[in-house]
Amino acid sequence: MLLEVKKLHAGYGQTRVLHGMDFAIEKGSITALLGANGAGKTTTLRALCAMVRTQGEIYFEGRRIDARSTEDIVRLGVAHVPEGRGTFLNLSTEENLRLGGYTRRDRKALDADLERMFGYFPRLRERRRQQAGTLSGGEQQMLAVSRALMLAPKLMLLDEPSFGLAPLLVRELFGILRAINEREQVSMLLVEQNAAMALDLADHAYLVETGRIVRSGSAQALQRDDSVRKAYLGY
Amino acid sequence: MEAFLHQVLAGLATGGIYASLALALVMIYQATHLVNFAQGEMAMASTYIAWSLINAGMPYWPAFLLTVAISFVAGILIERIVIRPVENAPVLGVVTVFIGLLVILNSITGWIFTYTIKAFPSPFPKEMALGRYMSPHELGAIGVTLLVLVALYVFFRFTPLGLAMRAAAQNPASSRLVGIRVGWMLALGWGLAAAVGAVAGMMVAPIVYLDPNMMGGILLYAFAAALVGGIDSPAGAVIGGLVVGVLENVLGAFVIGNELKLSVALVLIVGVLLFKPSGFFGKVHVTRV
Repeated sequence: MLLEVKKLHAGYGQTRVLHGMDFAIEKGSITALLGANGAGKTTTLRALCAMVRTQGEIYFEGRRIDARSTEDIVRLGVAHVPEGRGTFLNLSTEENLRLGGYTRRDRKALDADLERMFGYFPRLRERRRQQAGTLSGGEQQMLAVSRALMLAPKLMLLDEPSFGLAPLLVRELFGILRAINEREQVSMLLVEQNAAMALDLADHAYLVETGRIVRSGSAQALQRDDSVRKAYLGY
Repeated sequence: MEAFLHQVLAGLATGGIYASLALALVMIYQATHLVNFAQGEMAMASTYIAWSLINAGMPYWPAFLLTVAISFVAGILIERIVIRPVENAPVLGVVTVFIGLLVILNSITGWIFTYTIKAFPSPFPKEMALGRYMSPHELGAIGVTLLVLVALYVFFRFTPLGLAMRAAAQNPASSRLVGIRVGWMLALGWGLAAAVGAVAGMMVAPIVYLDPNMMGGILLYAFAAALVGGIDSPAGAVIGGLVVGVLENVLGAFVIGNELKLSVALVLIVGVLLFKPSGFFGKVHVTRV
């Protein structure tokens, strides 16, 4: 297992959001976390990279990481595409991308990786010198995904990558995510409102309700499940 | 005309020094959104370190470099020990800490070195060809200031560490998510600001002489410079510094007299805050209600 989570509790101040989550991510897989607004999906991602206070155990590649700082967890190879995209608004597109690879030792490979990102997202090449704050929502989402990839991560945490994107762009983005997963063996944990798209992309999925995992299974099995279909897929 | 040119050039020399100190203010402001009132006293304390080293027999330039290095480390330590614990305190609390730092540094240097005014040496020759318009020290100060500014520009613009520092100042949350140690970047910012301040102190000390209160007026000019340029614009701070230096000198010599020079800074500060709070190069901040 690449990531193992045991009895994870987390919250903000007095408010508890997660109540003992247990789940795992297999190496090389795409795992989806599905659930309604406020179920605790974003908090789960934040908890994994120590952006909120947590209790419980988190293991990444067998190493316990729940007491480590965000920076240290990122340095282990966990890239987070945060809610709201986390763009460095006043820096250029290229600077945003270079920051993604800031902790990498192989600085020479960065230029090649930059080109690879421009290959995935040609729009970013056009915007290379432009201030990132002037990019459209969709472009910033591509930037956020590319910035995370520049880390050469082992695990990518994606928080609503489809948010604010036109349906056509969502399909394109998910295609690219699949390609990256297959070609570069990057494992992904995907949080999505768009359950249909997420289940299409994912190998495995967990259903989250009020801070607990209530169901889990292969994406295909969940797609066929009647109660899941009614609650999340809407047909 | 010649007298006028002389005043303008002399203004550029002191303006460069204001520019460095203003830049130090802007660097800390960008990272913390607070104005470091102790910046001037930190520079003053650095200058005393240089004075001690030179008096102990060290040649000027090694003493200069060592002072910059010591100031850099001291700046980092101040951030780690004094500023870090109040990181999340309300603004007024932090400002109080800054002012406390100011008073402490001022009193400690006064206690160690007494309040007697001392002469501080200039590393530049006494006489030279251009001497008609500018003293060698003024020209040298401009050169040193320019060097510092160019070095800072190159560092922030073209090195990964400089980029990381800019990122950490703008967006700490996202910076952590790409693995930048934000706390250390802030400390490094304080170190750099202290080092730049040290250079400014050593360049201005031969002009104003060395005493624990030497930076009071200078810091006021630096505030004016930073505000004229826009408190969040490094380039603005530099231009602001030069503008303030020249204005102060020319107005002091020809219009209001030397006694009222400092009021130029105050008028500029009040004027900018009243009519153009974002300065001439700063960003206008709009807050959505």
